[in-house]
Amino acid sequence: MSAAADLPTAAGAPDPLLLPRLMQVGPDAGADLRAHLGRHGRLSLDMARERLLAEVARSGLTGRGGAGFPAARKLAAVAERSGGRAVVVGNGAEGEPASGKDHVLLSSAPHLVLDGLAVAAYAVRARTAYLYVLDDRGALAVLRAALAQRARAGMDRVTVQLVTAPTAFLSGEESAVVSALSGRPALPYSTPPRVFERGVGGRPTLVHNVETLAQLGLLARWGAEWFAAIGDPEQPGSRLYTVWDGPRARVVEAASGSTARELLAAIGGRPEQVQALLVGGYHGSWLPVAALDAPLSDPALRRYGASAGAGVLLALPHGVCGLREAARVSAYLSAESAQQCGPCLNGLPLIADGMRRLAAPGRAEGVRRRVEHWAGLVEGRGACKHPDGSVRFVRSALQVFGPELDLHARGRCSASTAEPMLPCDVEPATARGRG
Amino acid sequence: MRAALSVDWTLCDARGLCAEMLPEVIEADEWGYPLLRNNGTVPFELEKQARATVELCPLLALRLSVPAEVPAQRR
Repeated sequence: MSAAADLPTAAGAPDPLLLPRLMQVGPDAGADLRAHLGRHGRLSLDMARERLLAEVARSGLTGRGGAGFPAARKLAAVAERSGGRAVVVGNGAEGEPASGKDHVLLSSAPHLVLDGLAVAAYAVRARTAYLYVLDDRGALAVLRAALAQRARAGMDRVTVQLVTAPTAFLSGEESAVVSALSGRPALPYSTPPRVFERGVGGRPTLVHNVETLAQLGLLARWGAEWFAAIGDPEQPGSRLYTVWDGPRARVVEAASGSTARELLAAIGGRPEQVQALLVGGYHGSWLPVAALDAPLSDPALRRYGASAGAGVLLALPHGVCGLREAARVSAYLSAESAQQCGPCLNGLPLIADGMRRLAAPGRAEGVRRRVEHWAGLVEGRGACKHPDGSVRFVRSALQVFGPELDLHARGRCSASTAEPMLPCDVEPATARGRG
Repeated sequence: MRAALSVDWTLCDARGLCAEMLPEVIEADEWGYPLLRNNGTVPFELEKQARATVELCPLLALRLSVPAEVPAQRR
């Protein structure tokens, strides 16, 4: 045990420049409690809450689920309303088909995530804690075993309830998570009230992505300076990226603000074969190949009108038709609408149909203009950000694949393969069994 | 800050009453859903009419936020 009544100092901390921090080197090395404690040491929660919150604020930790919101502000918003009845939720409902980092983290380092959940519960004086994860990727067994180990060791003051999320793109949307944990369908709802005001069961609720929690587990051990020793100074630390070199993906832990070129190199990819980049996943933005050297952090991507999202980087190689891939994803996004809000419900299928027409070589008089018109009609007009994110994806595709649009208009296509590449299930109703 | 209208999109079913009641602020899009001009900002002289519109929405999908209630973006 480290010294009581104070934050752990950096004494005994691992080299802050050494990566990986979160990820485990050997298989399942972090899934075993003894191995976890051997590597990270025991977590002490004896420091004053105010100091803990101040330390998180000083660290600059931002949410790793997509929105990139400062973690300390979320913690403080719930802490000040808690009255000892707050709820904390570890959000591992990674519905984005192109993202695999939460699954890899939960499978290989469940104890670090659970440490972070304990830190969060302590910080906001929560009485209830949930870990909300997809049930189709096999992390559940690891998590059950990890929770049993911790229960035997008497590690957690707040019992963690493991709840499974439906496999759907919007599963991890904050209000959808709160709905599901409150016994309602796992769908987004209109805010306010925001979840930090009234969330699960009407109680102030903190929803943090599981990677954010794992980072919190380290931050509580080693402090803000250690945490912020690497990465983009405006959004410091390490982060998990799901990197796709064409159809092949790997999860990489790297300093925040690593460039696409560096991340591709880390998985043995070939930057010279890249036609375009998709950053931030299916609610993210297509960027031209010139963005290979742009740091993938929110502050640095702002000038492209893009954000790092949940850390998805997808490199589309030459020879694949970007419009056809964008059309497939548009159909997927349309099918994944919660079907609750009129503009999204009506607009996304029309946009998807327009994209399908643009993806086929041949004249498509006025189609692009209509897609852009519908994009304008759905944007900002939903309970959640699904319409906005879908529009960002489509607009950036039309921009980056502009030359391909011109080719198609002349009846040609640059593709050398018709093999679909981006991971998305375009017949979700059958494969997902949501209804 | 003036009063502003907002829509709960999960409730709205494009009945179209609001666009008829308050055309200065709301028009119907091609599917009948409300399009709010100027982010739904209600001119002072139309505030009473806006309140009536909120009350007449059959699905209770409209909300009028007066300045004090405008949800503060947490910095």
